[in-house]
Amino acid sequence: MNTNDQQHPVSDTASPETGDAPEKRKNGSGWIILLFFVIGFIGSLLGGWLVFPELLYSEKQQPIDFDHELHMAQVYEGCQSCHYFRKDGSFSGIPDLYSCSGCHQYPMGTNPEEEKFIEQYVRPNKEVPWLVYSKQPDCVFFSHAAHVKGADMECRTCHGNMAQSNHSRPYQENRLTGYSRDIWGYNIARLGKPKYGLRMKMNDCADCHERETGHKGACFQCHQ
Amino acid sequence: MKIDRRSFISLGVGVVAGTTLSPVPWKLMDDISIWTQNWPWTPAPKGGADSYKTSVCTLCPGGCGIQVRKIMDRAVKIDGLPEHPINQGKLCPLGLSGLQFLYGPSRVKSPMKRTGKRGEGKWQEISWDEAISAVTKKLKELREKDKPHSVAWVSGADKGTIPQLIGRFLTAYGSPNFIRPPSVHDAYELSAYLMQGQEGSVAFDIENSDHVLSFGTGMLQGWGSPVRMLNIYGEKRDSKKIVQIESRLSDTAAKADQWVPIKPGTEGALALGIAHVMIKESLYKKSFINKSAFGFEDWTDDNGTRHIGFKTLVLKDYDPEIVAEITSVPKSTIEKLARRFARANRPIAISGRGEGLLPGSLDECMAVHALNALVGNINKPGGVSVTSEPDYAKWPEVNIDKTASRGMQQPRIDGAGGSKYPNARYLLHRLPEVINDTKGESPVQALFVSEANPLYTLPDTKATKAAFDRIPFLVSFSSFMDETALYSDYILPNHIYLERYEDVPKPAGMVQPVIGLAKPVVKPVYNTRHVGDVVLQMAKSLGSFIEKAFPWKDYRAYLKTVFKDHWDQLEDKGFTEVKASEDKPWANRFNTATGKFEFYPSARKHPSKKDKDKDILPGFSPVPIEGKPDAYPLVLMPYDSIRLTSGNIGNPPFMTKTIDDTVLKDQTMFVEINPKTARKMGFFEGDRAVVTTPKGRAEVRLHLFDGIEPGVIAMPKGFGHTAYSKYLAGKGANFNSLIGPITDPMSGLNTAWGIRAKIVTA
Repeated sequence: MNTNDQQHPVSDTASPETGDAPEKRKNGSGWIILLFFVIGFIGSLLGGWLVFPELLYSEKQQPIDFDHELHMAQVYEGCQSCHYFRKDGSFSGIPDLYSCSGCHQYPMGTNPEEEKFIEQYVRPNKEVPWLVYSKQPDCVFFSHAAHVKGADMECRTCHGNMAQSNHSRPYQENRLTGYSRDIWGYNIARLGKPKYGLRMKMNDCADCHERETGHKGACFQCHQ
Repeated sequence: MKIDRRSFISLGVGVVAGTTLSPVPWKLMDDISIWTQNWPWTPAPKGGADSYKTSVCTLCPGGCGIQVRKIMDRAVKIDGLPEHPINQGKLCPLGLSGLQFLYGPSRVKSPMKRTGKRGEGKWQEISWDEAISAVTKKLKELREKDKPHSVAWVSGADKGTIPQLIGRFLTAYGSPNFIRPPSVHDAYELSAYLMQGQEGSVAFDIENSDHVLSFGTGMLQGWGSPVRMLNIYGEKRDSKKIVQIESRLSDTAAKADQWVPIKPGTEGALALGIAHVMIKESLYKKSFINKSAFGFEDWTDDNGTRHIGFKTLVLKDYDPEIVAEITSVPKSTIEKLARRFARANRPIAISGRGEGLLPGSLDECMAVHALNALVGNINKPGGVSVTSEPDYAKWPEVNIDKTASRGMQQPRIDGAGGSKYPNARYLLHRLPEVINDTKGESPVQALFVSEANPLYTLPDTKATKAAFDRIPFLVSFSSFMDETALYSDYILPNHIYLERYEDVPKPAGMVQPVIGLAKPVVKPVYNTRHVGDVVLQMAKSLGSFIEKAFPWKDYRAYLKTVFKDHWDQLEDKGFTEVKASEDKPWANRFNTATGKFEFYPSARKHPSKKDKDKDILPGFSPVPIEGKPDAYPLVLMPYDSIRLTSGNIGNPPFMTKTIDDTVLKDQTMFVEINPKTARKMGFFEGDRAVVTTPKGRAEVRLHLFDGIEPGVIAMPKGFGHTAYSKYLAGKGANFNSLIGPITDPMSGLNTAWGIRAKIVTA
């Protein structure tokens, strides 16, 4: 009784290990399972690293193809001629129609983009729906004055060398958030040097702050 | 080779493992969190260039200068204007909440015509042309019937060019019935007119006074110009003693140097008791009394009749012991109050309850004013003076026709200035009574209401509604869907103060003759129109001589001609000092029959025509309140709070948020009751109860409060709205629906400071 009782469970547990498994291995089913795993693994890695970034962003063109270099040659105060600080210290950002139409009431050259601008926006007095590469969510407080005037930084440090651009590059819009791909960066792993100017996620701010000031800064400095 | 279930599980595990090591979950998590911040219903104000516009706040008569910060076209913040002499950069909670009126949900968005029953809230939007022609059609019709005097206009104010424009319109049309809602300044002005013979507004130079004896004046609860008062309390407090005589520990009493609790309604007796002590102990200013006062001592008139003077009356009838019994203020306190008041350098006595929407008893006001005379602090810096109104509004003569002239000769419907109440100017509280008491056709055939909300603010809401039901044509010019607008036949919505031009006369109680200019700081948000322009258009539509009485293109053009030299400064700075004919208000002379300050006001006409000395001299007779003590054992009083508006402007949500939960909890408001009274009746803190008065009932909760006298209960004013928006309607009960008016037989003014009440468990 006793020996029987002990033997039974032993033989029960032993049977799949000693009998079935080698049989399956012989059939090659273990390789199949591994293969499926590898297919799933590699496939989703490729999908995640290569396809996903392309699906996440849609590509849009600016309403007007803008030539910064051309304009820089016409103005006297560099970037600040159009992207100026208001009296209260706030930053004007992209100029509004009123500022542009100061010069462009009538065509100044023969550029078809200028004609389009006057035709579609200046005459009907309609603001140009520019797509802003560096637009941040509403909860982010960023002071241009603190960086440009306070820390004496150049525009190009963050925005890239816009002054020499001749065309507006395509705007890659995140389909979920609506913000530009510039914020996260073009490399989905956020490795290497950014393609245009600087990346603009929170960690990017913190990294620079740590480098320049020795401290990452406090939450409420930006999240006001 | 066999593909089975396990192979697919393995594929799944592979996908999960691969995905985990790919950016997909991490990037999506980040993106989704950002996506949730951009849901379309999440408010995100637009950015843009900022700018500041200066203007004047007209939400109350305080006249504070404001600066409105704008981002592009949108107003985003209202602050006090630092250089403005009234508020010096500060602002009250109401003024700070101003944008909730501009962008809030209670605005009337276009002219409207009622399509359902009155008050049902069914409207049809109409054009301005339709609205104006509907109104003028009715006006023409009434003129043709020779009844121009059956038109009445309730205007929120009577000073400033808009009310005057309305008054002029009524004159040209042929109606004497321009009516302004009552205020404590009616009593001040009438007292000053009777005792000093001066017409104008009464100014209290509290800034320069060192002792303020206030008989219940809610100096911190919205009286006069609230921010001016807050400034005085905040910055000039150390230089003065403030004594608050009031039956309830109000905010003003709590912040005073001394609080003297008193039996409500007996303030006048205390003033006379104080006068008694001052006279008896020879503490009054003899130089002033001997040289510049009349009726202090006994005197004999031209017919040889002997009259008693103020001194005899007060010494005989108002011994502190008697007064202590009437007022429940101890004799020793009365004596101390009198001595301190008399010995101060520049003492001021002020009467008036709470924020000052109730004129109160004329006798009480005169008794308190007599104290100012006893210390000789009249028409002096740090005292009480009468400032004549700046006469900047010049009007060309109006030529009216016979119909209009006949209409103008009719007595006023509210009885003000008539044989019964010769000294009163407006008696709005009598209007419902007069209409309800008239048999047959209502004396008011058309009622126009601008910047006022009589259906809410008039005592006895039920009677007011019944009277309004008898008026065939009701037009409201309100910017908001208030109770009166909701009950009207037509609404011709005015711009709100941030969208319109308006001159703001010197606020009541101020010495400095500051004139402000409210300017449009934003473009009108809705299809509204300036009431001044509407009046001009109505005049134009009526044609002939009425049109000729208004030769201006629009209201702004008129305003510009009025201010001529001051216009640029007004446009630029928002205020200017327009001086009346004299520079120093205290240089004014008494203009009475005797040329002196009259304790015995010879101009006071008594309706009984017996002219008994005691009826002419400021005396004390208890102001009766409605209700029998056995049926209604308690006395219900209202109280005002700076956090709660009770006039024609509904409380904004920002301010409602600041109200304590011992004043309003959920939708129910609290009535204050003394713990002793509550214990006797078996009530505990927070109990639900029903307050019943002879006029109405309200469901409330009870708040046990030691700061209120046993036997008295108090209720905040400003709740119980039925109109506006869901943010205001349905909260608490309207005190005005629980009280009826009591007309002072002498002045005609409303004196109902309270009413008898009972409370039972709900």
